[in-house]
Amino acid sequence: MIDGFIALYIFMLAAFTGYEVIARVPVILHTPLMSGSNFVHGIVLVGAMVAMGRAATTLEITIAFLGVVLAAGNAVGGYAVTERMLEMFKSSKGKSTGKGAH
Amino acid sequence: MGTIGAGTLIQASYFVAAALFILGLKRMSSPVTARSGIIWAGIGMVVATLITFMTPGMGNYLLMTVAIAVGGIAAWVTGRRVAMANMPQMIALYNGMGGGAAGAIAAVELFAGHVEGVTVLTLGVLGGVIGAVSFSGSLIAFAKLQGLIKSSFRFRGQNIVNLLILAGTVVAGAIIVVHGGGGMAQHVTLLFVLALVLGITMTLPIGGADMPVVISLYNALTGLAVAFEGFVLNNAAMIIAGTVVGSAGTLLTQLMAKAMNRSLANVLFSGFGESPAAGGAAGPAGTLKAIDAADVAVMLGFSEKVIVVPGYGMAVAQAQHKVWELCQALIARGVAVKFAIHPVAGRMPGHMNVLLAEAGVPYDLIYDETEINAEFETADAALVIGANDVVNPVARTDKSSPIYGMPILNADKAKNVIVIKRGQGAGFSGIENALFYLDHTRMLYGDGQAKAGELVQAIKAL
Repeated sequence: MIDGFIALYIFMLAAFTGYEVIARVPVILHTPLMSGSNFVHGIVLVGAMVAMGRAATTLEITIAFLGVVLAAGNAVGGYAVTERMLEMFKSSKGKSTGKGAH
Repeated sequence: MGTIGAGTLIQASYFVAAALFILGLKRMSSPVTARSGIIWAGIGMVVATLITFMTPGMGNYLLMTVAIAVGGIAAWVTGRRVAMANMPQMIALYNGMGGGAAGAIAAVELFAGHVEGVTVLTLGVLGGVIGAVSFSGSLIAFAKLQGLIKSSFRFRGQNIVNLLILAGTVVAGAIIVVHGGGGMAQHVTLLFVLALVLGITMTLPIGGADMPVVISLYNALTGLAVAFEGFVLNNAAMIIAGTVVGSAGTLLTQLMAKAMNRSLANVLFSGFGESPAAGGAAGPAGTLKAIDAADVAVMLGFSEKVIVVPGYGMAVAQAQHKVWELCQALIARGVAVKFAIHPVAGRMPGHMNVLLAEAGVPYDLIYDETEINAEFETADAALVIGANDVVNPVARTDKSSPIYGMPILNADKAKNVIVIKRGQGAGFSGIENALFYLDHTRMLYGDGQAKAGELVQAIKAL
């Protein structure tokens, strides 16, 4: 389905995309952004699920089970902390304008 | 629905998920749209996860659901509860889990002999090794920042030992690739054991001050590992999302290292970051002069302009709310108050902004180092709370100091300097701070939150 040079092209374009998306980001967003990108590689969950779905022996199933647990932790935990951080950025902006009023 | 129909639907969903990830990250790189960014990416993740259940020819559905529930619920509960000050180590932990998952995928596929062809095998082995290194390394980073590991195990020839372990890993990986296919259980086991050990020995010697850069590096590495396993599983969503994170994370790592005036090689191999002060053996001239809260209140209360320099110590003392209360009391008296944030204040670039935002400090009072450094000369007082290395003037003057050349906040240029500090010990890096010994510096010893509270009362009583 995805083979040879097509895969290489996808890899190259995705690499440039990641670079361009992050370039010129202000320092105040470094921590949330790192957390956000941490969440995005939580997509490893779908791979862990596929690996588990095909696992046959007890050893394979055990490792795959661990993999799915870890991957789900990556995705859910990454979302939880990123959302919490970014939520505060929003409220602080709201308060900021409120303070300016009086 | 036939197999082809399901396959097309799955591919379409992965395509949508990948697009949402990229758009989400783009939105997260601006403060205005940041919140919507994580929600977009979150929708992509839910779509991709649900559709994966439809993958043809899968089994173990019950166990799979249990695994998702276990990992997901545990992470949700911890992620919701963790204090903002401890955020960096939680990011390290979740990142390590992702690396571990990539390693587990590689292990399952290699044990099962599902991986065929030199290119795919190489990518699978590489992704597995990188994932495993990221897993154990991130766990060490977590343990260090959480205070579970206090010392930095360092010995002569450490880099050589690491190099040998790396060489062993490469050899084991090469044998698997050359041999090809299944039946390599012993080699696969050896490969992962070596990779896990390598992550530990690589991370142990790195000092706490450098951990943010290391966490960011492991974040990029996990992305790469996920992308490589995406090639093994023929999964475009994993390839794209993993690669995007890999390159974005690499750039972020470089930005962080630059903000700390360190090179990545320096962070990984030099072992500095927690070393005792190598230079400045004579110690700073002058003495530490203590002051009490009442005198500080008078000094601040009758100032025209006060610049607050918060550091990680403030976060540890959970003092940000009291400090903001103190600033509000000063503002009510007509004092101009500004916050000066060093790029690496807190445990990570941008971490201090998160903490101040949590306390409700408005954006327009917060300035970064380049914006405010010229203003210290016009400030009546600089109030340093729990910050240390980022205001140490030896970074400008002492070439023998390990932090020489690091951009610092010029708190020493203010007419008066007040330092709120728990005790007389040196900072995170172990370097004595010449600022504390200056003639116009006064030390207010005590818990940041308690002292800020006393100052609020004293200022209101003026």
